[in-house]
Amino acid sequence: MAVTVSIPTILRTHTGGEKSVEASGNTLAEVIDDLESRHSGLKARLVKDGSLHRFVNVYVNDEDVRFAGGLDAKVSDGDNVTILPAVAGGMR
Amino acid sequence: MARYDSLLDALGDTPLVGLPRLSPADGIRLWAKLEDRNPTGSVKDRPALAMIEAAEREGALRPGCTILEPTSGNTGISLAMAAKLKGYRLVCVMPENTSAERRQLLEAYGAEIIFSPAAGGSNQAVATAKELAAQHPDWIMLYQYGNPANADAHYRATGPEILRDLPTITHFVAGLGTTGTLVGVGRYLREHKPDVQIIAAEPRYGELVYGLRNLDEGFVPELYDPDVLTGRFSVGAYDALRRTRQLLETEGIFAGISSGASLHAALAVAEKAAGAGEPADVVFVVADAGWKYLSTGAYGGTLEEAARRIDGQLWA
Repeated sequence: MAVTVSIPTILRTHTGGEKSVEASGNTLAEVIDDLESRHSGLKARLVKDGSLHRFVNVYVNDEDVRFAGGLDAKVSDGDNVTILPAVAGGMR
Repeated sequence: MARYDSLLDALGDTPLVGLPRLSPADGIRLWAKLEDRNPTGSVKDRPALAMIEAAEREGALRPGCTILEPTSGNTGISLAMAAKLKGYRLVCVMPENTSAERRQLLEAYGAEIIFSPAAGGSNQAVATAKELAAQHPDWIMLYQYGNPANADAHYRATGPEILRDLPTITHFVAGLGTTGTLVGVGRYLREHKPDVQIIAAEPRYGELVYGLRNLDEGFVPELYDPDVLTGRFSVGAYDALRRTRQLLETEGIFAGISSGASLHAALAVAEKAAGAGEPADVVFVVADAGWKYLSTGAYGGTLEEAARRIDGQLWA
């Protein structure tokens, strides 16, 4: 299962500056393991103590994986996986 | 009865309006909670007034006091109006990449503005406000991201209004910022309708806004309670603008851009319900109207151009 993963600026040191990389897997955990095999050090930035880092949000086709099983969230061929740091955001 | 003793008393009890043209299937109904019909034109009048009144009750806020708040927009405008009427001084810390209308409105109400760098967005505004609070111990920082009175305003009023007007509600959708609306309304609805879905629409900005130096500078509002939510959508500028225009063109509602993001998530859950053949009553929040965004070019030209124009801005 091939998916496209968007990498935030802060993590592009692991992808040689690439904004977007390909990966494969049936779950988010498998996708992250596959990424780690080519972009060493990325997994440790995303996963802490067996779950997603508190300040990392991951979306599969724009839906937050924390409400779809977390690291066990299913991914399908052609899905877009977006990684973003948690920020305070906008005009509050 | 629509007569009030003062503008502050006219807060809340906003209309819930059906959107028959946008509903994707029979049995699926979409509803907009028009929070732009509040005294300064946004949902933020509710938490702003609630936070001020809570601080007054606690004795922290007395006439002549200075209120400090990290806010890039609506909360500042709400606080500025209430501060003007109640005799407080207001200092707002806001990122420099916000729309000109916000600055003009804040200044018109007499608020003082301290700008924080665009890079880092509201994260940086929060950090700057916390530094100022340490330097000025006599200033009162209401701190909307962690003040329980924010969520409580929605628990006590917005939630009950919605349930009163639509007892058959199945989904509630709102923008995710301080998380006060979602957590407050969500808790109230869940107590009365255990199966209700509470869906967040989170704005996805241009890269500049995510420019942290390291991940540990990340920020999750203290009010956030993920257990209240059942889903969370990330919505980019293009989809938010597309839905904002669709809302105007099909239902006549002139809303701000964050409301387009909420509509995008509302339509996603409505279409899921339609696909599953389940009836649904989906409520989403129109947080403000479009007036403050006209200078961003959100309503004219192609969507691609408009999305490019607001990419580096905090549009929700």
